[in-house]
Amino acid sequence: MNLALSEEQTMIRDSAADVLAERSASAAVRQAIEHTAGRDEALWHTLAGELGWCALTVPEAAGGAGLGAMELVLLMEQMGRRLACVPYFSTVCLAATALAQCESAAARVWLSRIAGGEVSATLALDAAGGFDTRNASACAVPGFDARSVTVYAEETAYGYRLSGALAQVIDGASADLVLVPAWIANESQTIALFELNCADLAGLSRTPLTTLDATRPLARIELSAVDVPRDALLACGGDAQRAVARTVWFAALALAAEQLGGAQQCLDLTLAYAAERVQFGRAIASFQAIKHRCAQMMVEIEATRSAVLGAAQAWDQARDEAGNQAAVSLPPSVLTDIAAAKATANDAFRFCAQEAIQLHGGVGFTWEYDPQLYFKRAQACSAQFGTTAQMLSFIAEHVIDRSEASAVTRPVPLAHAHADHVQAVLAGVL
Amino acid sequence: MNSETQQQRLRAEVAGWMSTHLRGEFACLQYRGGPGDEEAYPALRKQWERELASGGWTGLGWPKEQGGRAMSVAEQVIFHEEYARAGGPGRMGHIGEGLLGPTLIACGTDDQRRRFLPGILNGTQFWCQGYSEPGAGSDLANVRTRAVRDGSGNWRVHGQKVWTSLAHDSDWIFVIARTDAESRGNRGLSFLLMPLDQPGIEIRPIKQLNGGAEFNEVFFDGALAAAEDLVGTPGDGWRIAMTLLGFERGMSTLGQQMQFIRELEWVVDAAHEAGVANDPLVRQRIARAWTGLRVMRYNALRMLAGASTDETGAGALSREALIYKYYWSNWHRDLGQLAMDVLGLNANLIDSSDAKRTRLQGVFLFSRADTIYAGTNEIQLNIMAERGLGMPREPRGTL
Repeated sequence: MNLALSEEQTMIRDSAADVLAERSASAAVRQAIEHTAGRDEALWHTLAGELGWCALTVPEAAGGAGLGAMELVLLMEQMGRRLACVPYFSTVCLAATALAQCESAAARVWLSRIAGGEVSATLALDAAGGFDTRNASACAVPGFDARSVTVYAEETAYGYRLSGALAQVIDGASADLVLVPAWIANESQTIALFELNCADLAGLSRTPLTTLDATRPLARIELSAVDVPRDALLACGGDAQRAVARTVWFAALALAAEQLGGAQQCLDLTLAYAAERVQFGRAIASFQAIKHRCAQMMVEIEATRSAVLGAAQAWDQARDEAGNQAAVSLPPSVLTDIAAAKATANDAFRFCAQEAIQLHGGVGFTWEYDPQLYFKRAQACSAQFGTTAQMLSFIAEHVIDRSEASAVTRPVPLAHAHADHVQAVLAGVL
Repeated sequence: MNSETQQQRLRAEVAGWMSTHLRGEFACLQYRGGPGDEEAYPALRKQWERELASGGWTGLGWPKEQGGRAMSVAEQVIFHEEYARAGGPGRMGHIGEGLLGPTLIACGTDDQRRRFLPGILNGTQFWCQGYSEPGAGSDLANVRTRAVRDGSGNWRVHGQKVWTSLAHDSDWIFVIARTDAESRGNRGLSFLLMPLDQPGIEIRPIKQLNGGAEFNEVFFDGALAAAEDLVGTPGDGWRIAMTLLGFERGMSTLGQQMQFIRELEWVVDAAHEAGVANDPLVRQRIARAWTGLRVMRYNALRMLAGASTDETGAGALSREALIYKYYWSNWHRDLGQLAMDVLGLNANLIDSSDAKRTRLQGVFLFSRADTIYAGTNEIQLNIMAERGLGMPREPRGTL
């Protein structure tokens, strides 16, 4: 495994950084959250329509660039750094990932429209992500709890009738396409993935929610007997469940990358402020109390970067080895790497946002300065697609419960220095 | 043959060699030695160094014309991983092979290379490092040990070094000493090579809080350093000393991580045995420790990627390299604490027949040194802030 970035990857990262620095500066973000429900339409048009960012991970067969998790995390980091108010996470990380797992022709059509920047989309799953924290090994797909699916589909003469509600769907109010995982009624344990073309659907109600973190819009979605044609079913059974589970894990990784960018910006804002702010006749950046806290932010950030890049590369390696076949489930080692990345990112972003406010002093507490935006985003992200408790619980199961068998054979040679100490103590006692 | 296949072949070769050589008289060395366990079988571990040398496993990264094998970073990583996986003992020759050798290759004379490199490569000459002093800990440049030229052009050294790992098992020491009596700080220092077995040198062990004595005080009372054993020029010692510290990164970290993985496995086993493997808080802490292992692994891979693509050595200042020491040492200290919490009341009981508990007690105690030696936590944070983040440097005091 080589974690050096290729020339192309460096270019993706740097050009994304440049575009977003110009187009998603603080003023643009504030404009979007105060006036346009957290969505910067012009920026979205540029990124999706002109720059083709939505094609990044879409398979080449569907008109995408076919790039991997590594490229995506580099882009997501830059989005997180600038709190870009665009439905990229929902459209690309959620919907496109799920669609790419579906064999149906309809899915391929949607994918190419996403790649072309024509539509935005989301996955109708609660933003918690459906991670199972109780007993991962009991799930068909490790870590994903099908009980988080709350929509039911009843077969009708023409297709299916969907009913149910989802409390928090990311970009749920504005997405052109909503992918809905649902239980097939009367067929126990069968999940299917449906497409909802939101333009003309009776019985679909989407209510935007007022949120603490206004940079990522959420909506409550209610389906009251929504009729869809038969071909709205994109995947069924094990395929659907695998597609959703894979998407949920990929989303966790992408979000971790986004959190990394947010954490980095908290540090950068703090460094800039501390270099300018003078007290006691010197820049506060020269005080060791400030330096050490900034250094600690750097430790958390670089640790997160290592975890994110490592997990992304593990994902890509597994994908290459499996020949990108949807039916092949991800190796557990990739999932635990993602869990490690998300847990690390949750904590790092929250820590850095908290420190940014503290080190800005009084102005850190104001609406006018930016740390508050990151502080709220950090909190919200830490509960979306993998909480620290859920991720650690998943890891614990992997590390603790599966190690019992091997424990017996593990050699434990005795440490000399300490053994000598033991002898010395015993001699003294005797 | 592509490099992937070559690397797999090397991996198999190292693993095969270890399994056929780390046996018989050397079997007891498995998983032994290294920080916290340096007093284990020193004579036999020196013999093991000669075994390694005869197998061609020393000087892997050294240039061929100096007797090395000119291996790539990736190949060296493979060696260290397989070495650690097989339970290869802590290296007695590390300071010579990893630090002094590369320094002489970079800054030494042909004569110095001819006289010292072979002994390092074939495992017959062992080195220790004379940097720290009672008054020069974190403030490493505050060197009081002085060297004065005698009538024949040789140097006479007076002073004291401290925290000298393995001095009692070494043949030679490299010392930074003040050769310009009027100088202060990092100017006026010189880098000297000195044999330890001479009348003007006395080595006294320091007993540590874990009962062992890996470190020493080394006293110099007119000890001799030959004129031809000064590296670089008089007054150039700080640059040489820093060049040497630059070699102290990277390669063996993946081997160290193998040991950490093993220690966490012991903690997990101990949790099962103590009946606390289902305790939610214990589970969360173990999961966090495991997460830290993944962070360290990928961080090391980032460092090595930087080191292999960056010929200028500027990779030494990359942020991932700057956080590494702080990260692993604090992780290790936390692991020691976790191990004790898992053991509960029994953590307080000494029973040398319980190898696992004894090792974990060792981690708890010795890891206290990890956040102090090679740059304390506080110095590490200063370095990160100043070199990594460009924040103002600490002002020097006047005392």
